[in-house]
Amino acid sequence: MATQAEAHSRPRRNIELVLLLLALTIGIGAQVLVGLTLEDTIDERYYFEGGAQAALALAFHVVLRIRAEYADPFILPIVVTLNGLGIAMIHRLDFTTRYEGVADRQLMWTGLSMAAAMLLLVLLRDHRKLRQLTYLSLAASVVLLFLPIVPGIGQDIQGAQVWISIGGMSFQPGELAKITLAIFFAGFLANNRDLILLAGKKIGPMTFPRLQDLGPLFLAWLIAMGVLIVQNDLGNALMFFGLFVAVIYVATSRISWIVIGGVFVAVGALLAYQFVWHARNRFDIWLNAFDQQMYDQDLGSHQLVQGLFGLAHGGLTGTGLGSGSPQIVALANSDMIIVAFGEELGFIGLSGMLVLYLILFSRYMRAGLGTRDHFGKLLAVGLAVVLVLQVFVVVGGITRVIPMSGLVSPFLAAGGSALLANWLIVAVVLLISHAARRPIVVGPMLNTTGAGASGTEDPLRGRDTGEQKPVDDGTQQFPAASSSERDGGEQQ
Amino acid sequence: MSELAITVLQFGLLLLLWILILSIIAAQGRDMMVSKRARTRANRSAAQTAPAPEQGGTPATVHHSGQTQRPRPKRLVISEGPLVGTEVELGSAPIMMGRAQECTVVLEDDYASGKHARLFPQGSRWFLEDLGSTNGTWLGDEQLTRASTVEPGDRIRIGKTVLELRT
Repeated sequence: MATQAEAHSRPRRNIELVLLLLALTIGIGAQVLVGLTLEDTIDERYYFEGGAQAALALAFHVVLRIRAEYADPFILPIVVTLNGLGIAMIHRLDFTTRYEGVADRQLMWTGLSMAAAMLLLVLLRDHRKLRQLTYLSLAASVVLLFLPIVPGIGQDIQGAQVWISIGGMSFQPGELAKITLAIFFAGFLANNRDLILLAGKKIGPMTFPRLQDLGPLFLAWLIAMGVLIVQNDLGNALMFFGLFVAVIYVATSRISWIVIGGVFVAVGALLAYQFVWHARNRFDIWLNAFDQQMYDQDLGSHQLVQGLFGLAHGGLTGTGLGSGSPQIVALANSDMIIVAFGEELGFIGLSGMLVLYLILFSRYMRAGLGTRDHFGKLLAVGLAVVLVLQVFVVVGGITRVIPMSGLVSPFLAAGGSALLANWLIVAVVLLISHAARRPIVVGPMLNTTGAGASGTEDPLRGRDTGEQKPVDDGTQQFPAASSSERDGGEQQ
Repeated sequence: MSELAITVLQFGLLLLLWILILSIIAAQGRDMMVSKRARTRANRSAAQTAPAPEQGGTPATVHHSGQTQRPRPKRLVISEGPLVGTEVELGSAPIMMGRAQECTVVLEDDYASGKHARLFPQGSRWFLEDLGSTNGTWLGDEQLTRASTVEPGDRIRIGKTVLELRT
């Protein structure tokens, strides 16, 4: 009897498995190609690395089968593809003299991140529990963002103070702040949406919010500017602010927020250009990249211009993995890994990867559209915006559309903290999509009190058994139903 | 390995990448279309197998004796209040309205209770019942005291939100 409902919400885990195998073939195949080109042999190291990736991905798939059967089937294959390609490219760059052993570390971090994501899937079970952490996440975000400037554990690398180092391990706590801030914004706006939406002055076609409702926006702007000034981190500042504006726009569907946000960004950019040397340097590089003096100077446009040359060298089909020279560009395996892909896989390969990002973004948004609680919607949208802003800022910076800033492309670039944060985001979005696609079976008749009240949805229902029993519900609740039937009759 | 073989494999990798993309897009099918149907996933088939409420004097049969059964209203539209314009497609499952996140229709209305009211189908009609809400549920000008039939076009007021049934 549930066949009709299943027609539009099947678990679709088998499709995920097929796509996952394809994804693993791509990731491990790229790795093997690197070996074939640069070493001419495939030793047991490749078997081990490929096996580890496959085992992790399949374990994740099994966890989804058990814990979130209705989760989106496309997210995992896409992410595994990107992650595998990233490891292959980092491995390829390890053959150059500049880098060593980064691929092993990346693989280790991949394992750690996927394990953490699986753990989150198992422990959290329902994304709505995160709503209770709204204000705790705000506090956590502030701590995470300002940890790098605490003397003793903070570290300054390449002019951006975003690292902490404890016992030889470096970590970028700001990456995790992406998640906590998204939770805070989603929770805050799910609670206060009404107030912000109803009050306001109408000027022309737009309704502007009251001044006191601008408070949180202003706070978000202050956080972003604080990050910018204290950490010298242009990219993260832009991302946090963009995240807030996007989420508040989605919550209220008022175009005025975009306008106000744009004004704030303009003011912020102007202030940054005036007073932050780091930001002004990036602007100058962006505008005068091909200036000889700018190219030659320290912290000049050398990296950016070499990146553009690399992309040009790749052409349509690329030089092939292992045959280009992506190591010329500074930070080729982290900030500039997109360039390395553009050079060795060419336009066809790089555009394919960008399309994968686009599909991933659309799947995140789809999870948000599908779920029915406001918090889940806003959280999914926020996390989708985090993803898409990262890709935009990175690719835009590399291709000289916007000034360059220190964000890394999700899942591709070397860097454990970013990998961990992005995998945790995947776990949260998978949970939201599970809530969105799971069929809600309500009995035909009613029981308004008690745990199984119809018309309501038990978050954990149908998750353990994986099987719904609407018939049983109906017969059990029939007595309650007939009483309301009588009520209705008397009313006539 | 020969250079030719490696070149072939390189192109194979690019091909596989695009095969993955195309198969994802093909497998998505119409999933990206957000229809009203997908928004309320009430189990339509549930009520079909349920015992039909024909025995006794069910309101529908009393009222329409001798007439052909009219189709039951299919949509619930919010016509005033914070969520104005929202539409919910009605199946044959009861609808719970209120501020609680687990309600079928989550009202973002400060004057609504957690589980405020419930709409349930009976024959060709929908019935509205207040669930002991703080501020009451109004049908037209009258406050609900017991479950009542709702005709298409009747104003159901909950807090600052007004809902209507449409066919």
